[in-house]
Amino acid sequence: MKEPYFEEIEHTADQALRVRGIDFKELLHNAALGMLQLTGAIPRSGPSQDRKIEVQAPDREGLLVTWLEELLFSMETRGVTYTKFELHITGDTHLVAKVQETPIAAITRYIKAVTYHDLEIEKTEDGLETTVVFDV
Amino acid sequence: MIHKQDFRKLGPVLWEIPTSYRHDMRVPVRIIADDRILEAALGDKSMLQAVNASTLPGLVSHITVMPDVHQGYGFPIGGVAATRLPHGVISPGGIGYDINCGVRLLSSRISAKAVEPHLDDLANALYANCPSGVGVKGSLRLSVKQLDQICRQGAEWTLKNGYAREEDLERTEGGGCIEGADPAHVSDRAKQRGRPQLGSLGAGNHFIEVDIVEQVFHPEAAQAMGLEEGMIALQIHCGSRGFGHQICSDYVRELQGAVKRYQIQLPDRELVCAPLNSPEGKRYLSAMTCAANYAFANRQVLVHHARRSFEQTLAGKVSDWELHQVYDIAHNIGKIEEHVVDGEKVRVCVHRKGATRAFGPGFEELPDEYRELGQPVLVPGSMATSSWVLLGTEDSMALSFGSTCHGAGRTMSRKRAKRTVRGDQLRERMESKGIHVRARSMPGLAEEAPQAYKDVDAVIEVVVRAGIAKKVARLRPLAVVKG
Repeated sequence: MKEPYFEEIEHTADQALRVRGIDFKELLHNAALGMLQLTGAIPRSGPSQDRKIEVQAPDREGLLVTWLEELLFSMETRGVTYTKFELHITGDTHLVAKVQETPIAAITRYIKAVTYHDLEIEKTEDGLETTVVFDV
Repeated sequence: MIHKQDFRKLGPVLWEIPTSYRHDMRVPVRIIADDRILEAALGDKSMLQAVNASTLPGLVSHITVMPDVHQGYGFPIGGVAATRLPHGVISPGGIGYDINCGVRLLSSRISAKAVEPHLDDLANALYANCPSGVGVKGSLRLSVKQLDQICRQGAEWTLKNGYAREEDLERTEGGGCIEGADPAHVSDRAKQRGRPQLGSLGAGNHFIEVDIVEQVFHPEAAQAMGLEEGMIALQIHCGSRGFGHQICSDYVRELQGAVKRYQIQLPDRELVCAPLNSPEGKRYLSAMTCAANYAFANRQVLVHHARRSFEQTLAGKVSDWELHQVYDIAHNIGKIEEHVVDGEKVRVCVHRKGATRAFGPGFEELPDEYRELGQPVLVPGSMATSSWVLLGTEDSMALSFGSTCHGAGRTMSRKRAKRTVRGDQLRERMESKGIHVRARSMPGLAEEAPQAYKDVDAVIEVVVRAGIAKKVARLRPLAVVKG
């Protein structure tokens, strides 16, 4: 299986992540993995729990931000991180995700927010690419 | 890409990008900078972000960029923009996610010499009593009703509940409470995040620092503030925690639709906004005010914990261990203020994103002891370098809507800082200079290394040359508790 593509890129004050995917679903998946890596969240060993997350937004960029925000919200309020994602998208604006949640053992980075700054999902020869800026 | 030749030099440290630079600019962009700082600002997207911000509807006069500028998201950090009421817009991205992130300074009658043998214990006590780090909770568990009270009352709530003294509130911007907050405009999610976090420092660049007053430049002002050379002072830098972050996120999302409804064209979606007199604009202003008031209360509860730490450590060891408030000031906020524009008094919403209010002498809100001097301004440097206490000036009203810089300003990304500096080595270096460091994360410490920031002293020289602040005192760190 291909390695998920995400890469932290230079940003003077905050943190930015370049993400690619062969399609929108993979882009959302890779963005979530990239964001989790930025947080440095380490799952506690032991049982995990399945949960369903459902988000919608008026457009693709909005759905990407809302999805990542949803994960951050649970990380902060319930102290969980994610070990598995299964995504289903309807019409680019509606996402249902089956996720596997595990309590956080350790975390090194607090992400305040996912921004819309210069956010654009672009078509490339290999699929889709975007850069997400996080306020940290 | 913006080049130096795109600027007109208006004064020794004042430059302007005229509206002819780009067709969608509504007002010019001015930067307060010397040659070196200007050239550094052209190294990232800060000035492009300022040009983008200059397209917001209802802007008056000009956008001001401070010498501590660096790239942010939407607005640059170090940007000031004023929009005219009632039709001008308010933009959550022009205020930021950490609503009312700000700084508080307390003075003491404790000499650095007397505290020196106890500094390690003091750093431990501050670290233990003031919750810091990623996802940390405060010591209070607020009910929704209590949180709503804090939204409306700000620091006043902490006074009623035993966390503050009258003098603390008198020496806080706006008395620690801004009018117009309505918690009905705050989401349940924001309340869920805000309830457990009051009285916590958080993470990132937030800190508590014990300083020595190293040099006084304005004896009269320093005396009024209780700052004396050789004595120690305490700084607290933090904001509205997850409560403010969620409010900003909620409204950046909601206003994506508003810009379409009001047919506002923007070069960046993070600049979304709504007219101040629209239902959406009013709701955001009211919710943002809730977060601003929460932040005043948050810093006040941290002061309570800091006073407790001083008592635990120093009672019986020094003759007077009290901490007295010097001032508390916001540097990420939108405020409705009256300013003179083209000779006319107008009401504007001043967006200060990484900029500090710096009103001059005669400002009525100031307590008696400061009124004739001007408003105290608190400018923290990076870890291990100076911080500054300044005074606002009359000139800042015309030049920058009564604003000045808020810090040193980053020059290096966090990623590069971590590649360049090792946290444990940085801590060793700081300790060898006599600075006691408490931090939960060594990579986090490395990100805040002094090398990642501009020289704060150079930034201060520029704001003083520009006439938007006066020097009062320079502080040097003795102990740092990093969030």
